[in-house]
Amino acid sequence: MIEVRNLHKAFGAVKAVDGVSFTARDGEITGLLGPNGAGKTTTLRMLYTLMTPDRGQVLVDGIDAAVDPLGVRRQLGVLPDARGLYKRLTARENIDYFARLHGLPEDLLKSRRDALIEALEMGDIADRRTEGFSQGQRVKTAIARALVHDPRNVILDEPTNGLDVMATRALRQFMARLKSEGRCVLFSSHIMQEVAALCDRIVVIAHGRVVADESPDALRAQTGENNLEDAFVKIIGSDEGLAA
Amino acid sequence: MNTVPAKLQRTRAFLTVFLKEVKENLRDRRTLISAFLTGPLLGPLIFVMLINITLNRELDKAEKPLPVPVIGAEYAPNLLDALRVGGVVPGAPVADPEKVVRKRDADVVLRIASDYGTAWRKGEPVQVELIYDSSQSDANTAVERVTRLVEGYARQQGAMRLVARGLSPSTAWPLQVAKRDQATPQSRAVLMFAMLPYFFVITILTGGMYLAIDLTAGERERQSLEPLFANPVPRWKILCGKLAAICAFSTTSLLITLVAFAVVGRFIPAEKLGMELNLGLHFGINALLLMLPLVLLFAALQSMVAAFAKSYREAQTYLSLLMLVPIIPSLLLAVMPIKARAWMYAVPLLGQNLGITQLLRGDGVTAEQIGLCLAGSLMAALIAVLVTTQLYRSERLAISV
Repeated sequence: MIEVRNLHKAFGAVKAVDGVSFTARDGEITGLLGPNGAGKTTTLRMLYTLMTPDRGQVLVDGIDAAVDPLGVRRQLGVLPDARGLYKRLTARENIDYFARLHGLPEDLLKSRRDALIEALEMGDIADRRTEGFSQGQRVKTAIARALVHDPRNVILDEPTNGLDVMATRALRQFMARLKSEGRCVLFSSHIMQEVAALCDRIVVIAHGRVVADESPDALRAQTGENNLEDAFVKIIGSDEGLAA
Repeated sequence: MNTVPAKLQRTRAFLTVFLKEVKENLRDRRTLISAFLTGPLLGPLIFVMLINITLNRELDKAEKPLPVPVIGAEYAPNLLDALRVGGVVPGAPVADPEKVVRKRDADVVLRIASDYGTAWRKGEPVQVELIYDSSQSDANTAVERVTRLVEGYARQQGAMRLVARGLSPSTAWPLQVAKRDQATPQSRAVLMFAMLPYFFVITILTGGMYLAIDLTAGERERQSLEPLFANPVPRWKILCGKLAAICAFSTTSLLITLVAFAVVGRFIPAEKLGMELNLGLHFGINALLLMLPLVLLFAALQSMVAAFAKSYREAQTYLSLLMLVPIIPSLLLAVMPIKARAWMYAVPLLGQNLGITQLLRGDGVTAEQIGLCLAGSLMAALIAVLVTTQLYRSERLAISV
């Protein structure tokens, strides 16, 4: 479970995140939805302790990120906005590297890695160097290495960015599977159909603030709009930056 | 789900990062070539070529027949005979000796005045002129040779005239200078080898360069630093693993270069110039010991400098500039000879320069000097590592673009 309480982060005069609070529960997919530049990535970066919040608290499975950042990172599997791979290593070696950094014993590492390679259907590329991988192959490898330590909480920053239709479908199925395994899945997106199709709960962020935190149905009911797209536009106050 | 004992993670992170960096960079041809081929071997190669050119030129000049255009050769046949014995080949007279010399058509021209014969017979002093251009340094040996031959002939003739008048030749030379050169064959070599420490430094720098760039600027450019930092490993441990990888590469480069110099040292005909060059095992081990703290210092400095760069290319530019810094102490010592004082050994780079020069001279280094050198450089290295660690903790470092 991920709890975020009143997060603030400013870069100079720009308030990137200005009082964000929400809770992402186990066995649910929580979507962080907002236009580009709304503060989604900055919020997530504070969750996985890459950045320190100016104010506010982050709790992951009850561990305070300010007190025990390493403990928090241990509970998290993260697919950041930047998902660079080591191009001179094979996909398998990329996964192994992160597994070892998590301290997985070699036998556990092997079984976890092979299970992920199978689940993500990347057996054909596992022993190829990642140089020249397609966007989809790259995301698969990045997800595998993010989840190799079997984390209870999964954070994905715009996971479908740059993927084609087939890869996007496969990824959505994979996220549903993570949910069914009882994990807490938190992902950000600026694509409302994706959020609507997947999420149990939607947190809408605009201008660094949470403007809505509901289930998709409740969101529709709250705005009085039948169409989710219209509901979002109404909440955010403009249709700027929302891709269809 | 996640039940990995914390103890296990602590021991492995450093080694994991180190091994991964080594493996990844061993697969990069550019890194390999610069770290293990061009970097460490270019130095010895250039060195051997330079030395051989210098030596051969000096040797040639000392032994080879020396053609000298002579004006008025017919007035002084005996002098010319004496010159011929000394290896001078008198040439045809030239019309404009000044121009010939300036245009480097001849190193030196000898001009004998037409009244040479009459003055000689009267026992009056006569003059022979040597026309040369001292700004052309490779002409100097020729000028010296001819001068020495002419003066030798003059002294010999003078002595004979004294003897003919019943006087001892020593009357004319009441004082004699006896030169006692204290240079050993090894210390004579030092002048020529003053730049040797710089070659070692350059090798260390090139050996670690691509890794140092990769460590921050490279990881950031290919956006892998942020996922890396999402792992439950403190950043300083990641940094230490990476520094160790840089050190491993630059130490290997240094070893290759030391071996190359040892091999190459055998092919330098230094003994022909009365020099002795000892680049063998004893020299190699001591030089390695002196240079080791610099390996760590440079690894930290390179990572520090690269961390400021926004891109790979920028980092490359900065690091190339960094390579020029260590040339300062080498140049300083080559141009102005300083009397070494104890504290100087504690100054990084300067200490290594002094120590290696001493080894070359065959004086050896004392334990105290080695101690000062290691302590001073190690201290600087630790400070550099600490500053780099501090830099590595910055929030902005990980964020790509």
